[in-house]
Amino acid sequence: MQPIQGEGYLVEFDPNGDRVRMSGSLRLGGLSEYAPISDLLDQAIDGREALTLDLRALEFLNSSGIATLSKFVIHVRNGKTCQLTVVGSNAIPWQGKSLNNLKRLMPSLELVFDA
Amino acid sequence: MTQDFGKLKDLHHATGTESLNLSFWPGYVPLQQRWRNNGLSADFLGDYVTTFFPLDDEDPSTRNRQAEIRGAVSYIANELLENAMKFHDTSVSEPINISLSLEQDCIVFQESNGASAESTERYRQFIEKLSESDPGELYLQQLEENALTDSSAGLGYLTMINDYAAELAWRFEPADNGSFRVISQVTIKL
Repeated sequence: MQPIQGEGYLVEFDPNGDRVRMSGSLRLGGLSEYAPISDLLDQAIDGREALTLDLRALEFLNSSGIATLSKFVIHVRNGKTCQLTVVGSNAIPWQGKSLNNLKRLMPSLELVFDA
Repeated sequence: MTQDFGKLKDLHHATGTESLNLSFWPGYVPLQQRWRNNGLSADFLGDYVTTFFPLDDEDPSTRNRQAEIRGAVSYIANELLENAMKFHDTSVSEPINISLSLEQDCIVFQESNGASAESTERYRQFIEKLSESDPGELYLQQLEENALTDSSAGLGYLTMINDYAAELAWRFEPADNGSFRVISQVTIKL
């Protein structure tokens, strides 16, 4: 799976670590512009028992990006086959405010904050 | 007829109130090309306010506070600008304006843009739904619905309320050709 790179952001899948890393600032214009990232996430989860979404270097995410992550979490929740872990950073304020909502959507999601 | 939802603050720019005003004429550059300016402007506002929340090496909490405020300003300004750029009606012959006022105990954002009668009506319906619902419940409900419909409508406002404890108010004023001027005001406490 090819990484998705744009001005100021990178999304990459590491199959060996069962991990998708998102970094930089994501402010794409609406869910349609997030479709390639949604596709990467959906492919990453396909046939996998566990996946980690590593957001520790994601400095900024707009509400369309939050909608994209939420949609993915709902998709994983409804599939019932994959354990999802989201790793965030305490040093990035939006993550402490907004990532908890993902756990409200999927209570079995493991949410971990790095110091 | 002018219609208000919530209580808009009167921004009188008293002595000691820092404010910044930015104006954009979206018709002149295609939206796609202009989109990156939302982020640049929002980050500029976020960086600007950090001057008023200086770091103290002996007090580590100042670093968190500065980062919190920068992040909140940048997020809210970016959402307001994205909305304005998406919905602005260029038949209203005035620019999109965003201002940030740093008051004693709060930061007030005020954004205005033109909107067609049709999008103004959708706006109103959303605000009415918001005023009748628990914002936390509505937020989750909206996320579930968005996942099915591939839309993210209203989510920017809901995150401001739920994640940033923001207070929101709107004014709709009749403008040219049956369109409206929509003023959104967002206040975060300091």
